[in-house]
Amino acid sequence: MASILETRGLTMQFGGVTAVDNVDFKLQRNELRCLIGPNGAGKSTFFKCLTGQLKPTGGHVFIENEETTGWDPHAVSRLGIGIKTQVPSVMDGLPVRENIWLAAYRTHGRERARHATDSAIERLALRDIANTAVGRLSHGERQRVELGIVISMEPWLILLDEPAAGMTGEEVARMAEIIGELNADAAIVVVEHDMQFIRSIAKKVTVFNQGRILVEEDVDTVMNDPRVRDVYLGKKV
Amino acid sequence: MVAASELRSALTVLVIAAILFIVAPAVIETYTLTVLIIYGMLALSLGLIWGFGGILCFGQAAFFGLGAYTYAISAINIGESTVPFVLGIAVPAAFAFILGAMLFYGRLSDVYLGVITLVVTLIFFKFMNSTAGPEYVIGNARLGGFNGIPGFQTLNVPGDPGSYIYDVDYYWFCVVAILIVYALVRWLLASPFGRIAVAIRENETRVELMGYDVRIRKTVLFSIGGGIAGLSGTLFANWAEIVTPGMFSLAQSAEIIIWCIVGGLGTLVGPVIGAMALAYLKFLLGQQSLVDNMMLLGLILTLSVLFLPRGIVPSLGTLLARAMPKRRRKRQHHRRPRRDAEESRGEVLDG
Amino acid sequence: MDLAGVIAIEMVYSVAMLVLISAGLAVVFGMMRVINLAHGEFMMMGGYATIVSVHAGINIYIAMLIVAPLVVGIIGLIVERLVIRYLYGRLIDTMLATWGLSLFFIGAATMIFGNTTTGISPPISGFALGDFQVNGYNLFIVLVAAVILIAMFAALSLTRFGLIARGTMQRPDMASALGYDPDRIYMLTFFAGSALSGLAGGILAPLVGLVPTTGATYIAKAFITVISGGASVIAGLASAATLFGLISQSFTFLFSPVVGEVALLVAAVVLLRLLPQGITGRFFRGGM
Repeated sequence: MASILETRGLTMQFGGVTAVDNVDFKLQRNELRCLIGPNGAGKSTFFKCLTGQLKPTGGHVFIENEETTGWDPHAVSRLGIGIKTQVPSVMDGLPVRENIWLAAYRTHGRERARHATDSAIERLALRDIANTAVGRLSHGERQRVELGIVISMEPWLILLDEPAAGMTGEEVARMAEIIGELNADAAIVVVEHDMQFIRSIAKKVTVFNQGRILVEEDVDTVMNDPRVRDVYLGKKV
Repeated sequence: MVAASELRSALTVLVIAAILFIVAPAVIETYTLTVLIIYGMLALSLGLIWGFGGILCFGQAAFFGLGAYTYAISAINIGESTVPFVLGIAVPAAFAFILGAMLFYGRLSDVYLGVITLVVTLIFFKFMNSTAGPEYVIGNARLGGFNGIPGFQTLNVPGDPGSYIYDVDYYWFCVVAILIVYALVRWLLASPFGRIAVAIRENETRVELMGYDVRIRKTVLFSIGGGIAGLSGTLFANWAEIVTPGMFSLAQSAEIIIWCIVGGLGTLVGPVIGAMALAYLKFLLGQQSLVDNMMLLGLILTLSVLFLPRGIVPSLGTLLARAMPKRRRKRQHHRRPRRDAEESRGEVLDG
Repeated sequence: MDLAGVIAIEMVYSVAMLVLISAGLAVVFGMMRVINLAHGEFMMMGGYATIVSVHAGINIYIAMLIVAPLVVGIIGLIVERLVIRYLYGRLIDTMLATWGLSLFFIGAATMIFGNTTTGISPPISGFALGDFQVNGYNLFIVLVAAVILIAMFAALSLTRFGLIARGTMQRPDMASALGYDPDRIYMLTFFAGSALSGLAGGILAPLVGLVPTTGATYIAKAFITVISGGASVIAGLASAATLFGLISQSFTFLFSPVVGEVALLVAAVVLLRLLPQGITGRFFRGGM
């Protein structure tokens, strides 16, 4: 099967620090993949190189066989990719509905934007707060608004950076459910810390350590891998 | 829903403004009122790009002066006011487009934007001041250095250079102009382009991740702001019947910013009211010599940064909203933008 | 040969001028990330302080080198306590507030001294270099600029206060945890920056006919020198001043002083477009 997202030798250096070191990564159509790893492992930097927020210092990124290395974020997004950043990136001064409408308008145009907005609001149970400014919402609600922005674009590839961070147990369970639903139509890459959460959604897991891929296996194998436990507990590999 | 209430509030403002402009000549001379309107339009241009687009421009005076000079120079060469009037808007808009493209495609941060726009204004100021010699001519128009350019064809009925629009007629011309500009800007802000522009002010990264090209949108908005400032410069040239390098001065730039801050960012009416009120205050102060004008202006600016961070109009809006709790929710998205979008710029390697 | 000598002196002088007029702003911006748009007016007040003292019979060197920095330093201290300290971390707001102060000081000076030009004559006379006349006072300015750079370096890297100040700028919370009061450090740094502005104003007083709006002629140049220099206070100041000084002086020689000034401004715009972080790298990083 052809991969829809691929990196070859992807490298990102900041001054003397190599945050992402020669990473080869492949994602299949409709796959759900989790990226895990300790703090500073390079997950988020890798993620930002995919989305165009950072320009990699070496290597290549391909999305559906098109090289997107060094593209601007808006161009990457236009390929049909929904991106959720680590800290909820939302328009705090604007109401929830406007946040989602703006995303829907880009993808669907004026005619269909309202419908897409409504259905995203429905799906994420945001109706009660649809007219509230996002800046007044709790962290978990903001996470949901950002997810609403992503799904209203109806992307075929979704990149989620820590979608469960700072959410209550109930919200996390709901998030896992939503991700499962989304996976029916789209390939998803999730960067996460929360092991419980990963266990509940993941099939295949890629473990990052010190900018490289340490292991890439199905979730149970990874959880039982002593090397993975070591890097999380801080032992030497 | 949203569109209907927008339309209603825009119409309300237009009607109230029209009534005030009809009544005002009973209180203030139309000659003075005319320049207040022109300043109001200038403030509107910055209020649009700063308050709604989040673009901090310290040099809005550059477009103001450029519009005025463009009008004056082409009016001398053409001898009829219609084409110069259009050029007075188009040239600053084009210049703003080029400058904006350079800045936004270079992804310069707020502070640099402020610095560079200010420096550009200074370049104009210095250059125009140094053009006293007879070698500085464009067509038949001598640039005239610090004396400026007097004696150009002022506004006439299109096609008939002999019938001037002046005095009270010119006042009405400016009234209609600002009402039209206001209506157009309101329409722009209610359109998807305007809504996206506000979203960019709120969170540029998110808007990019949605797939919008932020750079071209900011450039276009900046250019529209430049065009409106150019229009107000053109109107000013016709009012003053002379253009001077002072239109490019630092004090002029500062004043525009003061109007916006005192009036309130994030509204359109705020900057206009701020400009008209402060310019009138300055006019009144100009007739006494006890306290220096500039000192008071400076004091107003510093004090309003410290004590009135949201400006007069939004603060009044909050008070009104408190008085009428039911309308509160609707007002929420008129929140004032942060003047300071400064964040820690250190790269977080990972989380 | 003589011409080359004169040109060399003029070039160095033009660099020294930029160092002199930018030093106060550089300290305040580089250390505290405050852009003081009233910097030009601080210099203007330094100039008036000097002229008033000289007219009162004080020795001109004491007036320039001691009275002017002290007076402006104290004014700066008042400004910091009344305005700036409420706005730390809000770069744009500080710019706006100090812009207001700039207009305020211009207005105040106009009320006190009137809108007329005052001046004093330079205390050093010129000398001949071959067929050309060299202004001796210019050499004095070069000397002062060099001393300022060296003193800044020494104060920041060799003294205990410099170390504490640099630490505070990077991590105010840490400095505070170690028992240093960031509030006091900011205050003293702003005092030092203002005093430098006052010193510059005092030294330039004999060169220019002073009017209340004199500051405006300096602020733009100082502003772009500091911003273009980038994060590093001393290296940035020195490198940007050298670059711009050479450019503006070359264009002045080739064309006219106005072209020189415009060339400097254009160079700054181009430079910032090419190096958005300034010459010495990233924008927001405290350092030398």
